[in-house]
Amino acid sequence: MNITRNNRVSPPDNGQGPLIILKSVTKVYDMGKEKVHALRGIDLTIKPNEYISIMGPSGSGKSTLMNIIGCLDTPTSGRYEFEGELVCDVTDSSLNKMNDNQLAGIRNRKIGFVFQTFNLLSRTSALRNVELPLIYAGVHRRQRLERAGVAMEQVGLTDRSSHRPSELSGGERQRVAIARALVTQPTIILADEPTGNLDSVTGQGIMGLLDNLHQQGNTIVLVTHEAHIAEHAHRVIHLLDGQIDKDELTVNPGRTRRRRHVEASPSKPHGEAAA
Amino acid sequence: MIEILRIAGAALWAHKFRALLTTLGIAIGIFTVGVVMALIEGLNATFTEQISSLGSDVLYVDKRAWFQGHGEWLTSRQRRNIGLDAVDYIAQRAELVSHISPRVYQGGTLKYGDKNLEGVSVQGVHADMAVIAGSEVVEGRFLSRVDTRRKKAVAVIGDAVKEKLFGNRTSLGKSISINGRRFLVIGVLEKQGQMLGRDLDNMVYIPAETLLKMYGRRWRNVSIALKATDPALVDEAREEVEGIMRRYRKLRPGQPDDFAINQQSTLQELYDNATRLLWLVAIGIGSIALIVGGVGVMNIMLVTVTERTMEIGIRKSLGARQSTIRWQFLVESMTVCSLGVVVGFLLASGVAMIVDRATPLMARIPPSWGGLGIGVVVVVGLVFGLWPATKAARLDPIEALRYE
Repeated sequence: MNITRNNRVSPPDNGQGPLIILKSVTKVYDMGKEKVHALRGIDLTIKPNEYISIMGPSGSGKSTLMNIIGCLDTPTSGRYEFEGELVCDVTDSSLNKMNDNQLAGIRNRKIGFVFQTFNLLSRTSALRNVELPLIYAGVHRRQRLERAGVAMEQVGLTDRSSHRPSELSGGERQRVAIARALVTQPTIILADEPTGNLDSVTGQGIMGLLDNLHQQGNTIVLVTHEAHIAEHAHRVIHLLDGQIDKDELTVNPGRTRRRRHVEASPSKPHGEAAA
Repeated sequence: MIEILRIAGAALWAHKFRALLTTLGIAIGIFTVGVVMALIEGLNATFTEQISSLGSDVLYVDKRAWFQGHGEWLTSRQRRNIGLDAVDYIAQRAELVSHISPRVYQGGTLKYGDKNLEGVSVQGVHADMAVIAGSEVVEGRFLSRVDTRRKKAVAVIGDAVKEKLFGNRTSLGKSISINGRRFLVIGVLEKQGQMLGRDLDNMVYIPAETLLKMYGRRWRNVSIALKATDPALVDEAREEVEGIMRRYRKLRPGQPDDFAINQQSTLQELYDNATRLLWLVAIGIGSIALIVGGVGVMNIMLVTVTERTMEIGIRKSLGARQSTIRWQFLVESMTVCSLGVVVGFLLASGVAMIVDRATPLMARIPPSWGGLGIGVVVVVGLVFGLWPATKAARLDPIEALRYE
């Protein structure tokens, strides 16, 4: 089957505008007596087909940043634009936020989530799990099954379609989750510690798959605290105490490790695309 | 929408036993109400069938109303009797009356040969009574105008009388004794059955004039039965007859009627009043049962929502809107209610059928069941499902995803 129909084949040209613009984004959690400043003014721009790792120790705000980028949460203040659409703009003088339905729409059509704990519906077959976002997008049933089938093929699990998550290994579950993230042809794939619950060999397999998806033109943002996972990305953002500590490009992204897992790795190094 | 139904079905199927128990609460409520309603409906059917022999287009002019308070009863006792001449008086003037007959009652003992029959209702009537009462003559003939005018000693006997006095032998032309007087049997009536516990066949018709002549005229009060020309004109006929009776009684305007016009609907009204209380009790019991069932539904839905917090978080992260989540849980609670309604009504129909067959009581499945069922699904399912569903819909996706 034609794999390319689900994804952009060629990296977008450099003239295209940024996908995501965050300007002085803060997030404060009100925990009764004290206020926790999870993010203290983040400025971040993500361009199409970037492959970004967000790193940092626990409590550095990387999950919060991820949730805000993923439209699961909204900033306390700051401005967030997604593909030219204003998700929110909260300053002292203005309050402009998308409502719940609009946020749900962005999550549904433009974002593909991959979670550390897979987050599959346990009583539902792999294929039905992959189909789920398309149900909420109102896609017709026949087309849904077809597209879910294509996504399952992309992650190499066509023969596991009718299995339930409990009948799959951890790596297979994460592949189903990736297929579910892909099925809507999202603008960006957000992976939150995608290998956190997997052994290192399986984890490398998953990373290989993500590398491949990037190769095919997808934009990927990865949250991790493991350096060797972060190395797969072309740009690594270090968070510390709710602020961007370092924002650097990797010289040889994931090259050595990918060579060890040939089955899912692209044949060419890819460093110059992000530079 | 189909997807929401499918998701709800799968969720219920995953907890079959729990869904069943929740269903049971609703089912018991519906069952209770269903059985009570079926019994009331049966009672209605019995009553309607029984009083139908009175005829809906028949009016009865009497000295007293059939049903009245104690004070009324005392004053109406002092009213003048209505005489037999009122029959002709009305007949000559009323245009909306097609048939008219007096009706004078007398308890009687009948004898034929060595057979003795006590407690027979002897009714003095006119020829029109056959039509008014809807009595069919199966042998011989009914009373004629000649019989009544000449005060003949002839009798038309009811089915039960014929059965008891003559058995299989012919009764026509035989001479029987009614309270010591000899009467010639000229006809036998078709079997009528019962009305409100009275055997309608244990009776004999004789000409009203004959009855009054033989058993005394002076103290007699006559009741007059009349049939309207058109069943649709019963009320008009009633007004007409009332006016004629007032003239007959020589009442001045403003004076109250010193007679009463009774009809089947009088009985119906009385019955409706009596059963209204029964209905209220049934509705009360049902409401309590259904509220209990509904609380059960709400409880289980709250548990379900808590249990499936993670699932809700996943669905939201994949782009499910609040309204979608809310509908998913509402459909689930309504599905549970629908199952309960169906099971409850099935059980109730079963019991109603057994009661109908095995006991003298009648039970009928009332058409209002349908409305009740839909009402319960909507009201109980929606009202008691709304809070849990809204709770689910409002869950914060991040916290829901973190929930263990």
